[in-house]
Amino acid sequence: MSLTLFNILIAVIIAISFVGLNAAYLVWCERKGAGFYQRRPGPMENGPWGLLQPPIDGVKLMTKQLLIPGGVDKAIFMVAPVLAMFPALVSFVTIPFSETIVAHPINVGVLMIFASAALGGMSLLVAGWGSRNKYSMISSVRAVSQTVAYEIPLLITTITVVMISGSLNLNDIVERQLGGIWNWNIWPFQEAVGYNLLMPVSFLILFVCAVAETNRAPFDLGEAESELVAGFHTEYSSMGFGLFFMGEYANIVIGSCLITILFLGGWSCPIGDIGTFPFTDNVGWFLLKIYMIIFVFIWIRWTFPRTTIYGLLNLSWKYLIPISLFNLLLTAGLLKVF
Amino acid sequence: MSEPIELQQDETFVLNLGPQHPATHGVLRVKLTMDGEYIYNAETVLGYIHRMHEKMAENRTYPQYMPNMGRLDYLSALSFNHGYALVVERAAAIEVPERAEYIRVITVELNRISSHLVWLGAFVLDLGGFTPLMYCFDDREQILDLLESVTGSRLTYCYFRFGGLYNDIDETFIAGTKSFIKRMRKELKMYAKLVTGNVILMKRLKGHGRVDRDMCLRYGATGPVARGSGINYDVRRNEPYSVYPELDFEVPVYDDGDSFARYLVRMDEMEQSLRIIEQALEKLPDGPVNPEKKPKLIKPPPGDYYAAVETARGNFGIRLVSDGTKNAYRLKLRSPTYSNMHLFDEACRGMLLADALAFMGSLDLVIPEMDR
Repeated sequence: MSLTLFNILIAVIIAISFVGLNAAYLVWCERKGAGFYQRRPGPMENGPWGLLQPPIDGVKLMTKQLLIPGGVDKAIFMVAPVLAMFPALVSFVTIPFSETIVAHPINVGVLMIFASAALGGMSLLVAGWGSRNKYSMISSVRAVSQTVAYEIPLLITTITVVMISGSLNLNDIVERQLGGIWNWNIWPFQEAVGYNLLMPVSFLILFVCAVAETNRAPFDLGEAESELVAGFHTEYSSMGFGLFFMGEYANIVIGSCLITILFLGGWSCPIGDIGTFPFTDNVGWFLLKIYMIIFVFIWIRWTFPRTTIYGLLNLSWKYLIPISLFNLLLTAGLLKVF
Repeated sequence: MSEPIELQQDETFVLNLGPQHPATHGVLRVKLTMDGEYIYNAETVLGYIHRMHEKMAENRTYPQYMPNMGRLDYLSALSFNHGYALVVERAAAIEVPERAEYIRVITVELNRISSHLVWLGAFVLDLGGFTPLMYCFDDREQILDLLESVTGSRLTYCYFRFGGLYNDIDETFIAGTKSFIKRMRKELKMYAKLVTGNVILMKRLKGHGRVDRDMCLRYGATGPVARGSGINYDVRRNEPYSVYPELDFEVPVYDDGDSFARYLVRMDEMEQSLRIIEQALEKLPDGPVNPEKKPKLIKPPPGDYYAAVETARGNFGIRLVSDGTKNAYRLKLRSPTYSNMHLFDEACRGMLLADALAFMGSLDLVIPEMDR
């Protein structure tokens, strides 16, 4: 018993440091990526290729004064950044990096991730409310309506995949897609459902929802800097801001993990069972896939202008939800037939 | 997409947009009365960077006042140089050599392109797209380098003199300008592909921020704002000055009156400016750039003089009342954004905050010029 507890502890620590490291170095990747798209080198000063920038930024954020403006709701104001970071960490517990590398497999892993994602949306509301700033308030109201609008198609699409897989356990979902690229859920031909043309569309829906859920451009309405100054974290300084920032990047990693697991075969090798690249245990494939998705996230951010809040809500309620609902029905019917 | 809704006055709150706000690009303050995210009423508050430029003219000699022109509209300073030089030349009856006129047109048009490039970058930045800004500034850098080589400064130019110029252009400048024209034509094609054709951009601009012809006339809007609303008015053609009548260029006019029309007007204007520069370089005559006989002390005869030029933002009018001394008795500046901005209060009623800020960006505001 104590050994299992110890194992879990180690696994959780690994998961947390993975998140921390990712959050720090994704900022570097983001800035380098931005430089790449903007014909400039990006961070260059600290360390080779600016690689020491994230730790230096971290030190800067931590040594800054934590300013709490007068008139804020202190308790709520302090809780919000923690609430942004905590669910992101919790979600990592259930994510399988490979057959064996998973902090703690839970039978309802999908539900667990969605529950914590909803809690993450809560932090934006709380931050905006606690700040007592009109810009923050508008931002948090936007963020909540955005979260509500995009959680629905996200859930429906996930349910479709869960129905095909017959399990809420993330490990099982991946195991059903083993054996090569043609077994992944993204393709329209599936053993369980015969031929479902809408699966690639579902993948796109999930991708768009993941971008919107993580508040990334072009859906970063919560922190639209040209409209709302800095949105819900306008009043935050020092590590309060740092936690929001890290939470955002942690959420990006979770989003891409979820996409990889649900549609891209998780840790499975795309060319059958021959390759265990680059380490044993297939964890390399998983990381490769999530970083490719994160690259696309960065690519989109530095290419598109921002949508507006009504454009965003229209997209969800008018297109994504009906299409994903239709796919759910179709998949259910096909499951009955085949 | 955004149907007009019934706004309730008793459920409003006041949102202070500025004086420090990322979207106002300067110290502009707009008091917005909001109903949720809809704007119920807007009130522009100016005066945060008032520097009494008009009063300064009364206490300085005519040449001493020239550097002030670069501090009004820091993005198209040469057009303002031109306006002031024109009015004093008219007043004191100073002849300008033809070569100087052509060089004035070349530099002013280069400056217009650089101003529009800053607008394009900042405007797309207002819409949340960061990347075009870097591309625009890269192109603008070429112009600044060119202008630096002849004027000696990069932003607040003081290049024009009464009757001529501070400095003649040389072969390197001409060669550099020619290669810039080639480069810019390519870049404009790229902007058309990457920025103009973007779906999100179109959705945010088409049909939003509508300003009709009547409103433009009432507020005295000029420049791309008026031309985006179907008013075919350009000082360069309607009240010709300098050598513009000898050059062949079109005045782009769009009838829609929305943010996208204003966007297209400016994009087309950059192309037309390239055409003007190309022709001016071809026709550039030899000769001096300063008149041979020039009064040592400029004392225009008593009277009332007026000159107007087309800056990157519209009609810049300058009225000079002289009492025959070495200082102006009164100098009135009519700057384009001051009129263009005051459309905003009326036009933005009922808009969403995000649309209103896109609209504000499409007006191309330069605050120091509005708030003199």
